[in-house]
Amino acid sequence: MNALTDLYQEVILDHSRHPRNFGHAEDANREAKGYNPLCGDRIAIYLRVEDGVIADVTFEAKGCAISLASASMMTDLIKGRSEDEADALFGQFYALVTGNGEDAGEGGDLEDLEALGGVREFPSRIKCATLAWHAMKAALEGEATEVRTE
Amino acid sequence: MSASTDTVKTRIAAATADGFDVERVRADFPILGQRVFDVPLVYLDNGASAQKPRSVIDSIKHTYETQYANVHRGVHYMSQQATEAMEAAREKIRGFINAGEAREIIFVRGATEAINLVAASWGQINLKPGDEIILSVMEHHSNIVPWQFACERFGAVLKVVPIDDSGELMMAEYGELFSARTRLVAMTHVSNALGTITPIADIIRIAHDHGVPVLVDGCQAVPHMEVDVQAMDADFYVFSGHKLYGPSGIGVLYGKAALLDAMPPYQGGGEMIQQVTFEGSTYAELPYKFEAGTPHIAGAIAMGAAVDYVNGLGFAGIAAHEKDLLSYATERIGAFNNIRIIGTAPDKAAIISFVIDGIHPHDAGTILDREGVAVRTGHHCAQPVMDRYDVTATIRASFALYNTRDEIDALVTGLDRVQEIFGR
Repeated sequence: MNALTDLYQEVILDHSRHPRNFGHAEDANREAKGYNPLCGDRIAIYLRVEDGVIADVTFEAKGCAISLASASMMTDLIKGRSEDEADALFGQFYALVTGNGEDAGEGGDLEDLEALGGVREFPSRIKCATLAWHAMKAALEGEATEVRTE
Repeated sequence: MSASTDTVKTRIAAATADGFDVERVRADFPILGQRVFDVPLVYLDNGASAQKPRSVIDSIKHTYETQYANVHRGVHYMSQQATEAMEAAREKIRGFINAGEAREIIFVRGATEAINLVAASWGQINLKPGDEIILSVMEHHSNIVPWQFACERFGAVLKVVPIDDSGELMMAEYGELFSARTRLVAMTHVSNALGTITPIADIIRIAHDHGVPVLVDGCQAVPHMEVDVQAMDADFYVFSGHKLYGPSGIGVLYGKAALLDAMPPYQGGGEMIQQVTFEGSTYAELPYKFEAGTPHIAGAIAMGAAVDYVNGLGFAGIAAHEKDLLSYATERIGAFNNIRIIGTAPDKAAIISFVIDGIHPHDAGTILDREGVAVRTGHHCAQPVMDRYDVTATIRASFALYNTRDEIDALVTGLDRVQEIFGR
């Protein structure tokens, strides 16, 4: 049962029950939606980017504990970071949850998000963890279309 | 339909006396002995696909080892053996749903292909702009999307029958949907997401009163109950082999011969022709007109073996056993004060869908999985049903003839574990 308690750590449950930065900031200037057709999870990310820095980020979502916690912790982490830093964090997070890539298992800059490393043991749930990140990346890149993880 | 537990127990005892012994049945299904995550597999995802008895698995092996060749074309011995075996399976399936003639049984890849076939072929000669098709809000996507294609191609429109809070079809509203433009009713026999058994004979009678034919999606019905397409007077009845303990990749379209005869072929190719010249071709008789290309020969024969297996147990015993499972599961799951059962119609097949307050079905499904319990979590390819109940997903336990009360106890233990992990 270790894999399960690793996955559903207190920090993850806390973020899923009390998501930070939840809502739709009116002054956002970038946004993107994410949808996971497999489970119906939906997310919308709203960014306010000023001079290449993410000045504010909010999100609205309906989904499982993993996708909500990942979104909540991600918004905490990327607020105040440059676009390039956010992009690098995306790479680190992806490597953390998939166990692939040069940065696999390191994730040193991810703070609370390292708790989501446990999702590696649950291949069918990795998409839940990455949904918010894909939406954030799409918002930064100014993609208008909804991103999908399936 | 709300038999007390005692009555159900009495009926189970009677069924067992008739020869329905679930432990013996389980021994027929090799996969049920598997362990997952070091605990016994508890397979409660039968609505998605059922496991296979040894006789079905052996049938596939037997076909390839002793009687395999292409069908309906070789003069040689093996081709004749394979053809005879496949036609024998067609005859078994005819008997299974009491169709009038074997040529009314068309082998297809599954119910999805069967519905696409009818929507395209029947639609081509019967649907015109403004024509209406009635279906219910609790259809599987496979009985919605092919009709949306037909709407795009032929200009038809869909009319949707609502359900009440229990998941029962609203029959008065159904009757009121008919107009002079109604051309077809496409309706499920048993809802895959809710378990509701629809009053299909009444649905068909009302449609016929308006001169409208009915296609019935029987996927979730045929594993659980005796189906008589002539008694219910269905015009089309479709189902898949894999939910009926048979192989995947094979299924059946039943259609009344007069309707099928009038329909143009769905796909062109070998097997479905009478004569081909570059000026034009003439088509084969039923059922081959709709069986272009080399079919899933071993699959069709094994689907016959699956029908033999179910017939051997008998629906009296199967239905009594599954009714006991449903009533026991409803009682145990209903005892959680933070669980809401979605779909509480009085007449249900052995399917129970539910949501837990504050816990997403996917999280519950992951935790149950580690307890060895396989359930379906998600929208069950029935998003309009999810919208109707204002949920994005449910947890669904769907039972088969080989499930036991002990397995329901394992599900309940797993649900306790879900609540424990989520700190409740």
